[in-house]
Order: sequence, then structure tokens, then C-alpha cells
Amino acid sequence: MRIPCPHCGERGNDEFFYLGAAGLTRPAADAQPEAWHDYVYLRDNPAGKHSELWQHAHGCRRWLVVTRDTRTHAVFSAVDATP
Amino acid sequence: MTRISTGGLIDRSKTLRFRFDGTNYSGRPGDTLASALLANGVRLMGRSFKYHRPRGVLSAGPEEPSALVELRSGARREPNIPAPVVELFHGLEASSQNRFPSLGFDLMAVNGLLAPLFSAGFYYKTFMWPASWWEKLYEPLIRHAAGLGRAATEDDPDSYDRAHLFCDVLVVGSGPAGLAAALAAGRRGARVVLCESGPLLGGRLLAEHTEIDGMPGPAWAAATEAALRDCPGVTILRRTTVAAVFDHGSYVAVERVADHKPVPDSHEPRQRVWRIVAKRCVLAAGAFERLATFGDNDRPGVMLAGAVRTYLNRYAVLPGRAPVVATSGDDGWRTVADCVRLGIGVAAIIDRRSEITSQQRQLAEASGAQLLLGGRIARVYGGTGLYGLDVEDAAGKRQFVSTELLAVAGGWNPAVQLACHLGGKPVWSEHTQAFVPGTLPPGMSVAGAARGTFGLAAALAEGSAAGAAAADGTGFAGSAPAVPRADDAATTPAPIWFLAGGRGKAFVDFQHDVTTADIAQAQQEGFVSVEHMKRYTTHGMATDQGKTGGVAGMAAMAALTGRSMAETGTTLHRPPYTPIAIGALAGHHRGKDFRPTRRTPAHDWAAEQGASFVETGPWLRAEWFTQPGERTWLQSCTREVNAVRGGVGVCDVSTLGKIEIVGPDAGAFLDFLYINTFSTLPVGRVRYGTMLREDGFVFDDGTTARLAPDRWVMTTTTANAPRVLQHMEFVHQVLRPDWRVAFVSVTDQWAQFAVAGPRARSVIAAVLDAGFDVSDAAFPFMAAGNFTSLGGVETRLFRISFSGEQAYEIGVPSAYGDALVRKIAAAGAVPYGLEALSVMRIEKGHPAGGELNGQTTAMDLGMGRMMSSKKDFIGRAMAQRPALRDPQRPALVGLKPVKAGDRLRAGAHLLPRTATHRIENDQGWISSVAFSPSLNSWIGLGLLANGPARHGEIIRTLDPVRGGNALAEVVSPCFIDPDGVRLRG
Amino acid sequence: MEYSFVSLLREALRGHTGWRPAWRDAAPKPAYDAVIVGGGGHGLATAYYLAKEHGLTHIAVLEKSFIGSGNAGRNTTIIRSNYLLPGNERFYEKSMQLWEGLEQDLNYNAMVSQRGVLNLYHSDSQRDQYARRGNGMRLHGVDAELLDQAGVRKLYPWLDFANARFPIKGGLLQRRGGTARHDAVVWGYARAADRLGVDIIQNCEVTGIRIEGGAVQGVETTRGYIATNKAGLAVAGNTSRVAALAGLRLPIESHVLQAFVSEGIKPMVDGVITYGAGHFYISQSDKGGLVFGGDIDGYNSYAQRGSMPVVEDVLESGMALMPRLGRLRVLRQWGGIMDMSMDGSPIIDRTPVDGLYLNAGWCYGGFKATPASGWCFAHTIARDAPHFINSELRLDRFATGALLDERGAGATPNLH
Repeated sequence: MRIPCPHCGERGNDEFFYLGAAGLTRPAADAQPEAWHDYVYLRDNPAGKHSELWQHAHGCRRWLVVTRDTRTHAVFSAVDATP
Repeated sequence: MTRISTGGLIDRSKTLRFRFDGTNYSGRPGDTLASALLANGVRLMGRSFKYHRPRGVLSAGPEEPSALVELRSGARREPNIPAPVVELFHGLEASSQNRFPSLGFDLMAVNGLLAPLFSAGFYYKTFMWPASWWEKLYEPLIRHAAGLGRAATEDDPDSYDRAHLFCDVLVVGSGPAGLAAALAAGRRGARVVLCESGPLLGGRLLAEHTEIDGMPGPAWAAATEAALRDCPGVTILRRTTVAAVFDHGSYVAVERVADHKPVPDSHEPRQRVWRIVAKRCVLAAGAFERLATFGDNDRPGVMLAGAVRTYLNRYAVLPGRAPVVATSGDDGWRTVADCVRLGIGVAAIIDRRSEITSQQRQLAEASGAQLLLGGRIARVYGGTGLYGLDVEDAAGKRQFVSTELLAVAGGWNPAVQLACHLGGKPVWSEHTQAFVPGTLPPGMSVAGAARGTFGLAAALAEGSAAGAAAADGTGFAGSAPAVPRADDAATTPAPIWFLAGGRGKAFVDFQHDVTTADIAQAQQEGFVSVEHMKRYTTHGMATDQGKTGGVAGMAAMAALTGRSMAETGTTLHRPPYTPIAIGALAGHHRGKDFRPTRRTPAHDWAAEQGASFVETGPWLRAEWFTQPGERTWLQSCTREVNAVRGGVGVCDVSTLGKIEIVGPDAGAFLDFLYINTFSTLPVGRVRYGTMLREDGFVFDDGTTARLAPDRWVMTTTTANAPRVLQHMEFVHQVLRPDWRVAFVSVTDQWAQFAVAGPRARSVIAAVLDAGFDVSDAAFPFMAAGNFTSLGGVETRLFRISFSGEQAYEIGVPSAYGDALVRKIAAAGAVPYGLEALSVMRIEKGHPAGGELNGQTTAMDLGMGRMMSSKKDFIGRAMAQRPALRDPQRPALVGLKPVKAGDRLRAGAHLLPRTATHRIENDQGWISSVAFSPSLNSWIGLGLLANGPARHGEIIRTLDPVRGGNALAEVVSPCFIDPDGVRLRG
Repeated sequence: MEYSFVSLLREALRGHTGWRPAWRDAAPKPAYDAVIVGGGGHGLATAYYLAKEHGLTHIAVLEKSFIGSGNAGRNTTIIRSNYLLPGNERFYEKSMQLWEGLEQDLNYNAMVSQRGVLNLYHSDSQRDQYARRGNGMRLHGVDAELLDQAGVRKLYPWLDFANARFPIKGGLLQRRGGTARHDAVVWGYARAADRLGVDIIQNCEVTGIRIEGGAVQGVETTRGYIATNKAGLAVAGNTSRVAALAGLRLPIESHVLQAFVSEGIKPMVDGVITYGAGHFYISQSDKGGLVFGGDIDGYNSYAQRGSMPVVEDVLESGMALMPRLGRLRVLRQWGGIMDMSMDGSPIIDRTPVDGLYLNAGWCYGGFKATPASGWCFAHTIARDAPHFINSELRLDRFATGALLDERGAGATPNLH
């Protein structure tokens, strides 16, 4: 796969480290255990469009939100994870 | 000899000597092993997998299922190499394989007589009784009978290379369509990479008698190659097979750099794997002629008609006397035409059709052949070599024809493989009578025979158009390219040729010996889906992956089920297109170069001191320093521990991760990362901290010092250094982007040494530049600060202790590490290694690798009370889950053998003293052990259920895999100086 | 027809005209006592044990494609029971015991071959971890041997002992481990289940799960509605998608794992070897091909293909371990979709929906689990409660913290 790093340009996926789904909100410190369970463990895991966190570990070391189709691997966008 | 006296793309001025099965032969430059053997009259080249049927060469390319040989010898022996792709070189050695005792007389051919038993899937139905005989008898017999060639029994002596290419247009194949595409794109200025599997550009132009732009095919190919070389953006890779397609325009090609030589030149790789990133790809890989199905269609001398033309035209070899041509359409007539042109008499022509053109009639007359329209092959004679056929005309009249060569033209299958690697299924084309590419990988287009376009003029036009369009698509527009001119007549694609009847087995997979009867049985047993059929019969699973026989098998299934080819479908094509050497894919990463090696700045010094190094992740670290007279590691280690505890020692701790953190929010950031509080740490102090993962388990530990109000330096464990940095980057960039903090790894920038022992302070004082006060009052336990040493070199000093002794860690920029450690040693510190470090930390009960295994909680490790309740931190919430707070969880204890001299071993399990040795009674395990010189005993750390409440209890340590069974007393994990007097001294 | 040498001989003598389909290609009926979604090894084994052990007779297995089209036919065929944690070890050992009697039980030769599984270690700490694991296995009554370097040399003298970046120091050997012929496991269970009356329905994709009052009423399929009060999902790789039809969100990500086979060669690798300094495991099939694999690609994917970096990583490890592999050739490479659970261990349990059961999260380990997975899932479905053997493979363990994290890698599927 090739991932278009917004800072470095398109690079092979071996330069990146994958974490998992993006867009999960870390619960407040006093949130209920269910909220933490959801955040740490439960995933939509869609077959289709998926927003996910990749770090350009062998490049700029920025965390990116990459939107990709998990069926075709087509990449729709890649933006820095810091808004 | 069957060499034709003129023509061919061989160099008749030179002779190459080679050996096959121990016999000497000669050939010409330009030959392949197959063409040279044929030229020497050798037709028997191999044996099949199951029945050990004698086999000749069927094809003239990588699709070859039968003529597989062991090439070269010794450490370079390569099994299963198709003879038609082996370029002949002087001194080549090859042997036939899968036969005993010899190719001509193979005792295993008895399997052919047992063929009725060896039907499809027979092994699933028997060999079950008695059960124990499977491993003892049946399976060893099967394993020894199976397999094809033999692997080398020595390490591969050659090297392999990897390289990268980026281009606008990748063209796969240099036949007419590929050359036209490359030229069209190259002339527009696009960066073009043209890959050709063989040594010469031209593809089928080298094998057929054609004319383009008034030139013979090979001459046009050479002229086009010259024109391509004039295009500045064009790269031509010969002997390079594009083997796989990956996502986003990523292609993998294998260049056989030196396979056409006896051995690679010095410093030359044998092969090179290219990773090619291309914006567009024109697939012009051509087509494979498919075999026709009839009884004994596998006899040596039965060949694909197109392959016969290759041998005639390219290699100037007539593969057998008095050829018979059998064809299901126009294509076989080209073989007749070539025979006529070369003055070779044709014994018979069998055309499936009842009508042929007048030109074909004239050809038949010119060839002197008997013409059998609507005829068929009724019987094939010849075991190890064809000598005759019974042929039948349309009326069923049978006659014998003496021949050594049957050229069969049953139609062509487009080489769709690469078009399918991203999951696109080929689709059946009724017009083409073949599967053609379906949904293509993004950026790929297909031209020529690979698309089912079999005419030369049409292929040239398609190639030109595809090349121009690909260049257009990457920003290189231009006017319509001049299409090279060829005047071939359009041909009608031939249907699949499925000749029922006849005697003998009709094979649809030559290599795996799958017959039409096997397909029929699979259908009868319900294995009707082509995927089931393939897996049940192993059809199409051999080294050729069904390139000649795959569609024939599906056609057989379609005929049996009465379904169309479109309904029947085809199996999936997976990478690679043709097999790739494992060594090539591994590249340079083998032996000591498997992974990079990291050495610390003090490595050379340590080596001079007699260090024994051990691999810890990517690092090499000194385990111990053997001194004269020491015979075991334990002697060295014990001496080092005693030297520290009784005096002073120095240990290289440069491998620990070091991360420098700056910014006004650094304190808050650390509070969020660690379970304990750092923001309140005064400048000039250092604190031990523990980090959790968000799931509440311990992630890492280390110390972090505050060097200035907004500047901190953190240490991590050696193993987790990269992951901790990554975690911090995640926390900052994703969770807390508003915090003003920046950090960077400085592990490689700083060399750091632990100086420990009662005399540590005096060594530190001697090492630092004059004028610094490191007295206990000025620089107490857990102090940190900036100093200089070595005459003004920036130096960081931390008063921290892993050993429990008065101790410091001293750091300088890496370039000064060697000088510093020499100065420390000169001041009287004894070098100690990882083992002594470990002994002392176990004596002090500090958790390390064995305890920080990702399965333990802070509470398990006795650090529960460090968890601040006043702040949020990573892992805080999940650490509160019931199973993580269960008091019965195994928790850290010390262990001491009851019987002096008993040895504890890490990995032993802990059970109540009198309990039976069953898993129900398992209460924990030993995580670390050491021989403690201070206690003169083996000691251990372990995790024991409810352990902290069980100090004083005697438990059993059980180590059945090493025969250990010792009683141990549960004690505090801190064996030495529990009040910490020494480290504060 | 009972399979035996006698029946084979008889058929050989009459031209193999008497063979009948190994299983019926059944059409769906309106209702079943239990419906198993997924015609892979696990689903078919579940149906078989439901019929055999629990006496259910009206059972359907629904397969969206052909049976065995998913991971059952894409794995590296290894069987073993060498796990660290008791909750896993007792389950995989149950599987091993079922493997040991499988062929006679099914009357189908699945070529279960116990030629040994050897896990190499390359450091003292790795040795101690394997010792802990091996000792645990022995406490379970399972065979385990800790070999030193000489012991490994005796079995495989040709591994790279001389020039390795990470020298081999020894290995943990389970002699009862080995391989089985993956497709034959599918076909054997299918045939045996069919003979007990199970309907195996191919080309039948589940498109909806009808739930009323918190309980399963039936499933919608591409071949019509099928009523049932017990639906078991055995669709590893696609679990999240199918469970979403019932409104469930799970601790699972789908990842691609690649596997490789070489050309056939004469016997070279006798047992199964796993490398301890990289991701690589290898065995040789009875047909002669070397079958090997490595790490998952590491990103969510439903495409059954991997990427080149992992290909290189796997083969680098292969060459580092076995430098004589260099001139052998990779014949075929493919990808399967793994249910990567958040702690690396599987789930066989009830769900919050009454009558909906979950068999999922197999990570790399699904093939070896096939018999016990079916056996335990059948029990869980039939009794509406887990058996002791799968009692720790719970869905709620992520909430309680009673995790089965063999590697200690945490809630990061691509690190398991």
C-alpha cells in the first residue's frame, strides 16, 4: 500500500505504524466503566470506509488520520491527527 | 541431431557444452536447455508427480508443466526448473528428478499400474487403520513418494539484491503490444519501465514468422528497442518478470541477473527484486497456449503447436520427425506454414473443423500432409517417446501415422494472472473462447493477447493506444502515435478442445497427473465448484499453476455439469505469476545481516575488557567480563557483583531509552503518562515512575529527572524505548494536542554509565571536572544535575541506584562515551555486565523484563500505592476492573530455597507444598532468578497468588521441563538492605 | 458409503462409478432447531457435534460461498496445544485430543500428522518464558519438552547455528503437535454432519438477523427467511459484519494474514518449526510444498491480500533461520482475514441477544481449534451455557479484566 502523508508525500506502508480506529474519544476520568470498555475494546470494524490512525514512524513521526476502504484498500484521505 | 541448418536466433559460431543426467551434450548461445536437448534428439526430460509418467517438453516457456529439472549441483542445486526457461551456458549441469533409478527406467512408474486405486482424493478414504500407522508407515511412504526435485543440502552461497523504481508507465511484456505501448508512452516523454522475462525483447515475434513495417519480427523488435533507448525516460529490464501486483500501483519484479551464467560474477547478485511504483501499467503479458484433452496427451513428442513454432523459428530445432499438426482453428495452420517454409514434411493435419480456407488447403498440399477435416486422434503410440498415432477422419476411418511430433493447437488463454492479483476475477469471453481480464487493478490496462486480441496488427494497435493513454493519464499528452503496420489476417479464436474417447488417460494437469476421470469423479462426489474441484483433485496446484491445463479442467467440469464456461468460472490467480526464489525476496537480510546491529559507544572498550556480548533486541550488550582464570560465566558474574558491593563498578546503560522533554506543560504531560506525580518534582531531582497502558496493565518503568523548570529527561527500559516514544507521540498528538510540550529521543545521542558501589562517589568526583561538589549534602540520593567532565564536556549526573548501592548514572554525548568509560575505569571502577546488573536488581527486588511482561498490574508488582488518586492518567480507569484488583492475583514475592544449594529456575511454577502436581493447584511462577553472592544462595522473584500475605510460607517450585522440584520460602522481594541505607550513603 | 481400503478397492475395480456426493447440496427449509452461520471448519464441526453429542437433528449450516472458502482453506495447517494460560491451554488440549481421534470418528482421513511443533528460543528470557509455558502444559498433563541448542541440532542440524544474528539457544517442543490437511477437515466434518442429517446450504448469505423481545427469531438470507431460535455465528474474519446485523459491537478487528507455499520438493522439513527472533513458521505438506507464514499485515482489512513489506519480512526470517531455502521458490501467496480479538484469544459464548451465540476472535489460531471450537460451541448452543473447557473464552472478559493475553500485548490487535 501507499499512504499519502500530508507532510512527506506518498510513501510505502512499511514506513508507517498502524494503531487502529480513529475518532474514538477518550472518556472523562470519572466516566462509567462501560464508557471505558467501549473506548478501549469495542470497534466498528467496518467492511468499507474506515478512519484509522497511522503514524509516519519512519518519516515525520506525525500521527495521521487515514480514511481508507477496508475492502479495496483505496485511500480517500490522510490528514494530521492534530486538528 | 534435429537442428535445422539455417535460421534461428542462435549463434552458430560458438558451441556450449552441457550435461544432462550425466551425459555430455552441446548447444549454441541463444538456446534454452529444452531447445538444446531437443536439438540433441533428447525428448524424455522428466517424470510426473504421481504416476511417474515419462514426459517430454510441452511448451517453450514458463508455463511448462513437464520438463522440470534439477539445475546446477551442490549448494546451487535448484529443483523443479522448467527446461524451456533455462538459458544455456557453458558447463551447465542438469538432472531429471522424481525418478528411480533413472529417467528411462523408473521403478516408481508402477504407480501407473495402480492408477485405479490412486484416484482423486483416494488418500482421504483410506490409511486410517490402525490409527497409529499413519505417522509410522503411511505418511512416511507418501512423503517420500511426493515432492518433485530435491532442495540443496547446503546454504545458498549467492547473494540477492533489492531495488526500487518509480515510473509513470510500467509495461509488462515486450511482445508486439508491449513494445508498441512502451514506444508510444516513451515518445511522449513519460518515465517508462519495460519488463521482459526473457533475454531478448520481442515476445512471440521471436517465435513466429511475421513482418512489421516491412521488417521481420525480430528485426522490428530490435529496431524498436533501439528507438526506446533513444527515449530518455525509458528503462528496459530484461530477464525481469513482473511477478506480483500490490495495492496502489505497487509491483514486484524479479530480475535474474546472473542465472544465465555458471555462477554470478564477483560482487554480482544472483537475482534482484525490484519494487516498482507505477502510476499506470500496461499489461501485455501475452497468452499461453492450452493443451487439448485426449487419451495419452502427455506423451513425449506431444507439444503445443505454438511451442513447436518457437523451436522451429527461434531455436532452429525440429522437435521430432514427420510432424502431425492437430488444430481446433486457424492457429495450428501457422505451424504448417512454418514447416512448409522450412521444407519440413508434415505427415498429417487434423482440423477439428469440416471447413477450411483455400489458403489452408494450399498449405496442406504444399506440406505433403494427409488432411483430416473433422478428424480426431484415436490413439497415441510411444511410452517414452511418441512414434505414431492412430488418426480418424470425419467418417471414423482410422489409420496409423508414423510421427515423432504431434503439434496441438487448442487455442490460447490470455495471461490474465497479474490482472487478478487484486481480486479481479477473469470473465469468460464467448468471442475469445477464453477467460479475459475482468475488473482491473486501478491504473492497469491490458493490450494484445493478454486481453484476448490475438492478431498481430490488432495487438500493435492496442499496444500503441494503451501506451499513449497511459502516458496521457500521467500528464504526457501527445498526438496519436504512429501504429506499426502488420498485414496479418484476422483469425478466429479456437474453442477449447475436448476430445472424448481415445485410449489412455487424458490429462488436464500434466504435472499433478490429474485426468478427466479425476474431474469426473470429483463431480460425482460433489466437488463441483471449481475451487472444490481444484482442491480435491489438486488440479492447477503444481508449479505451473495450471497455465496450460487449468482451463481444460474447468471445461471438463463444465461438460460434466452441463453448465457454460461462464457459469463454471475459474479459480483465482494468486501471486506470484511465476515462482520466485525465497532468497531473492529475503534480499540481504540473512545471516548476521538479518537485522541491524546496534552497538553502544563503549562497545570497543567493553570488548577490550573481555566482554561477552549478548543480543538484546537490536543491541549487543556486555553480559560479563571474563578475567583470566575464570572458567564459567557465574564466576565472572559473582566477582563483578562482589566488586560493586565491596568497592565500585561501572556498567554501560546507554541502551536504556532516553527521551528529552521540554515545554511549560511537560509536568502535566508526565503526570498523565505516569501513575505517580511528576509535576511537583523540584528542579535538580529525579523520580522513579511507572507507566500503564490504557488497559491498566504495566507498560514500562524508569526514572525521569527535572533538569530545568521546563526541561526533563526520561529513561525507559531498553526493550520498550521505541514504543514508549510512540506512545508519548500518540498521547500528545492525538489525546492532548493542546499541551505545549515537545520531546525527542536522545538514546543515540547520550552514552550513559552506572557507577555503583560504596566507592562510587570518589570515582564520580575523580571523573568530573574539578570544582564540583558531589558530597551527599550537595548531591543527595535522587539528585540530578548538569556538570562537565573530560575537560568541559557537558555531563548529566543522576544519583539513582538499581543495585541498591551508593550509585550514579553519568551521561555524556555519545562521541565522548568511550573516553568517559575509560576514565571511570581508570578511577578504579570494575566493569560489570548485564548479568551482575540483573543479580543486584533481583537482590533488591526491582521488577524488570521477567516481571514487566505486559500481563502484570502495578498492584501485582507492589506499586499499587504509587497510583495517584488525584489525577487522571493513562490506564487509571481500566486498572480498576475487578479482575485487576482481585487479591488472589499473583503478586511479587521473593523466593529462597529451603535447602541451601538448591537452584531455582525462572519459568518454574509455584504450588502449595503438599498439593498434587496439577494445573488446578498452580499458584504462580518464578519470573527471575539469580545466584546471590551476598546471600550465598540462589534466589528468585516470582508472582504468587496473594503472595505479599504469604511471607514465611514454604511452597513448592516445580519445573518439570528441566526436572526441577524444590521447596522455597516466600520472602520479601527485597533481599538486601531493605531500609535503603546503602544507597543513601 | 463408508470409506475404507475395501471400498476404495471395490470402486477401483468398477471404475469409480459408485461414489456418491460427500455431502448433499441441500436447499434451505423454512425452519431449523439451530442455524449455524458459516460453513468453515468451525461451523461444520459445530453442526456435527450438535447432532452427534446433543441429539439435535434439524440443523442447517449456511455458507455464503462454498464450504471451506474462508480461512479453513487458507491457513498453514498447524495443530498444537502449547499455550501459556490455563483458559486457553485446556481448550486447545481438548482440540488436540479430538484431532487424535478425528479420522476414525469422521471416517475421513484428514491426515492429522503429529510430527512435532518446535518453538525456537534465542535468549535466556525467551527460554524462561517457554519454560513457564512448558511447565504449565505439563501441569495440564500435556507433553512439552524444553530443548537446549544440542537438542535442536539433533532434530534440525541444518538450521543456521553458525552465522545467525540471533543464535538459536534451544526450543520448546510439543511432539504431539503437527499438521492436518485443512480442506479434508472441512470435507470430513461436512460429510459426517451430512450423514447425521445436517443440511449444508451453500451460496446462502445471511443478510439479517430477526430479533424480537431480545431473542432470535430467525435469519434473513439470500435464499429466503429461515426461522430458528438458536443461531450460532462462526464467521471468523467477518464476525463484526455479521454481528452488526444483530446490533452487536465487538472487541474484534479484521486483519489480513498472509501465507505461502513453495514448489513441491522431496522431504526436507519434518515437523513444524517456529522462529523466535522474527515472525516465521514453517512445515512441509505431505505433497512436498513448504507451507509457511509470518505476522499479520497489521491494518484493518477485508481484502484477502497482503502487502509486500510483510512478504519480505517473512522470507527474511525464513532465510535467517534456514539459509538453504534460498534457491527454492515461492509458488503461491495469499491472504486470509483474521478476527483479531483485543487480547489475542478467542470467544465462544452467549451474547446479550437470547439465542444468538458467538464463536469468534480466532486471531491466528483458528485452524488448530476447529474440533474443540465445534465441540464447545455445540455445547454452548445446546445447553445455553458454556462448558468448563470454554468457560474462560467469555465475551465479558474485556469488561471484567479477566483477559487471556498470552503475549501481554494489551488491547492492540496487531501486536498479538
